[in-house]
Amino acid sequence: MSFTYLLKRLLWAIPTLFGVAVIVFVLLRVVPGDPIAMMIPPGASTADVENLRKLYGLDQPIVVQFGAWLADVARGDFGTSISLRQNVMKLVLGRLPATIELCLLAMLMAVVFGLLLGVAATYWRRRWPEAAVDGFAGLGLAIPDFLWGLLFILVLGVLWPVLPVSGRIDPRTAFDPSTQFYFVEALMTGRFDVVNELVQHMLLPAVALALPLAAALARVVKTSLADAMNQDYVMLARVKGYSRARVIWRVALRNALIPAVTLTGVQFTFLVGGTVLIETIFSYPGIGNLAIGAVVQRDLPLIQGLVLMFAVLFIGINLLVDAANAWLDPRVRTA
Amino acid sequence: MKATFDRRGFLRTAAALPLLSSAIAHAQDSRTLTIAYHTALPGLDPTRNAQTSNPAVQSIYKAIFDPYIDQNPDLSLKPGILTKWGWTPDRRGIVLTMRRGALWHDGSPVTPEDLVWSLERAADPKTGNPMNFVWKKLGRTRIDGDTVTVELKEPEPAMLKWLAFLTAYILPRKAFTEAGPEGWDERPVGSGPYRVEKFERNGYIRLKAFPQYWGPKPAFETVIFKFVPDPSTRVAEVESGSSDLTLEVPFEEFDRLRAKPNLVGVTTPVSDVGLLLLSNKAPLLDRNVRLAVSHAIDKKTLIDKLLRGYGTPLDTLQAPQYAAYDPSIKVGYDPEKAKALLAKSGYSTSNPVRMKVQSTRGYKAKDYEMVQAIVGMWRKVGIEADIEVVEIARHFELQLRGELPPAAFYHWGNAIGDPSTSTGATMVGPFATWRTGEMDPRVLPLLTEMDEVKRIAGYKAVDRYLAEEGIALPLLQYVQPVVHRKGLKFTPHVAGVVLPQNVMKG
Repeated sequence: MSFTYLLKRLLWAIPTLFGVAVIVFVLLRVVPGDPIAMMIPPGASTADVENLRKLYGLDQPIVVQFGAWLADVARGDFGTSISLRQNVMKLVLGRLPATIELCLLAMLMAVVFGLLLGVAATYWRRRWPEAAVDGFAGLGLAIPDFLWGLLFILVLGVLWPVLPVSGRIDPRTAFDPSTQFYFVEALMTGRFDVVNELVQHMLLPAVALALPLAAALARVVKTSLADAMNQDYVMLARVKGYSRARVIWRVALRNALIPAVTLTGVQFTFLVGGTVLIETIFSYPGIGNLAIGAVVQRDLPLIQGLVLMFAVLFIGINLLVDAANAWLDPRVRTA
Repeated sequence: MKATFDRRGFLRTAAALPLLSSAIAHAQDSRTLTIAYHTALPGLDPTRNAQTSNPAVQSIYKAIFDPYIDQNPDLSLKPGILTKWGWTPDRRGIVLTMRRGALWHDGSPVTPEDLVWSLERAADPKTGNPMNFVWKKLGRTRIDGDTVTVELKEPEPAMLKWLAFLTAYILPRKAFTEAGPEGWDERPVGSGPYRVEKFERNGYIRLKAFPQYWGPKPAFETVIFKFVPDPSTRVAEVESGSSDLTLEVPFEEFDRLRAKPNLVGVTTPVSDVGLLLLSNKAPLLDRNVRLAVSHAIDKKTLIDKLLRGYGTPLDTLQAPQYAAYDPSIKVGYDPEKAKALLAKSGYSTSNPVRMKVQSTRGYKAKDYEMVQAIVGMWRKVGIEADIEVVEIARHFELQLRGELPPAAFYHWGNAIGDPSTSTGATMVGPFATWRTGEMDPRVLPLLTEMDEVKRIAGYKAVDRYLAEEGIALPLLQYVQPVVHRKGLKFTPHVAGVVLPQNVMKG
């Protein structure tokens, strides 16, 4: 993947983000729910309602509101949250690291499990491990992440309480990080007690998020490997006398990974979306948790900021997927 | 080498898993109280935005900040940072006496200047205080020693009660000015029994006992509020021992948890009334239909079947703990009377009157189920209602625009128990749903009536009128369930606050 190609992709991100901004702005003004009605207390007068509408610029025509918001965004100012009266970017960036750490752990788990299961199903083809992987994949795809979450809370939080079911860290822990990347910072400062604690808190939500992705990956890896195993270059490797395990790992897997990487990229966006419910269920303080509150309160600037942040994440993930595909497939590199 | 995973390997792995449990933090440390709380704290300025006026977060604010006037668990007023309060002789102002010797968490003294600054800040619309519509009535102030006199720009008979209500907290002028609104969450300073040690937004807040607090010494050195919005997770928190106390769990779970030997369940009726907001729209413009709508509802059955008996049926907008509660106002469940009333207007079960009723789903415990049950009760007498389910944001939007359907389910909190914030607020102003104008001459004079006896009597008369005319349809007073581990003593509060200062050891 050339630098020019990367630059082009980055430049394309600008109209994409503009499109997202227009859609989210218009949609939020079309869907039912008035943020002022949400915040005005009983007993206030009609004049109080109008004053608040004016204070937040909601008395202006939509076009004027959009122009003002876009101009502010261009300057890096995403506005002030209506319900929390705090800077939107500060709120979003304050919570984003928690979500990124959770998603990366979930993704790591999903990729490792999905890959291993797909390979195992291929290695032990037509034997019970393949049936077990197919069963797991069916179950993993059929049950949504939030239901896994509730199940884990019941089983591993109540019946057999081995893992914490809420929060990101034990509130009693003396840990005063200078950034919100707790995990990274604890690792870098050698606070392995905190690392252990963070992993324990992330484990259940991460597994809940990872299971559907792992199931999908296992299925794709298995199918791709089955195709690859019938290719001539794999036959050649067999003829050369390579063991079955070596043929799968060293010869067939690399080509079989291409659809898996694409799927991982696509599914990762769903995984990030899944944090909205999972973070709420596990009281995990990330942007998903923040998004629920923003939507319930009809906090328009905060929702806009969150959606744009999600869009940036998705664009970034797609770029990474393209880069990974180019690394794996020379045809993409030279295209 | 062939990869194998045999039965013994599985058993070895399974046996190792319980070791993880040793790493889980259990709450049972006698110096720490951990509360799995249902609502996340929006920030550490209790006067700043709409969410800080959410009654659900006042438990935390009251642990950190001193309200101007405090409340006993039965809603009666008691000294807080103000030791005395009252009206000027002409009742055009209020006289407030500050407590001597109170300190801020940074060690500086709490002064009358702080009080005046806090009140003036609340009255300034630019600060975003959601209760500004009340505080803007405050006028000039005068300090005389420990006494502060505040003139009122316009009459507000409930002003002294408002000093114990939402956003009514004293803040330190110097510390707040130095930190600024944006920096306040990192450097908050209160004068309450606990100071903030760490606040992680949407995560938790950790409080430490303030040794120089002017009131009773807190029972716990550390108090942690974990923000756990999901009820099933709160149940897991208290059941697994990760938290000492939780609240607002489903009543089915409450009954199950309180039967456990290591847990205690406490319920108390709180200042939260469930009701159907009625609008002046067809078919409710017909008095017979309105009264039939009320008489057809068996409130006790709703409470027994849907809330497992946890609730108190109500026939007025005032709960029994409120100042203007009148137990003689009765509507009564009488389906035969409902049928007769409908017959007078030409309706019957074979020719039912049709209307729409709105409900949220899950915003309040069993809200939708309650409306479903009500629709079933109405059907038996000749009222066919279609349920429209909306999100709460949509409900408020429609309410503000005056576009709610004839009946809409909602609940109304009133932690000072004053009729102006229940009957007053529901019958006049932008949130009123019965907009025929007939309520204005009855309610508006009461909003400025400074004779307390006349004011309360006036509201009782309004409540009676509402019942007789079928204009308001109160259903029940909610009960708050609290579950805590054995070894604690918790005193419930009718305001619905779960105060760490009301939790004792033993």
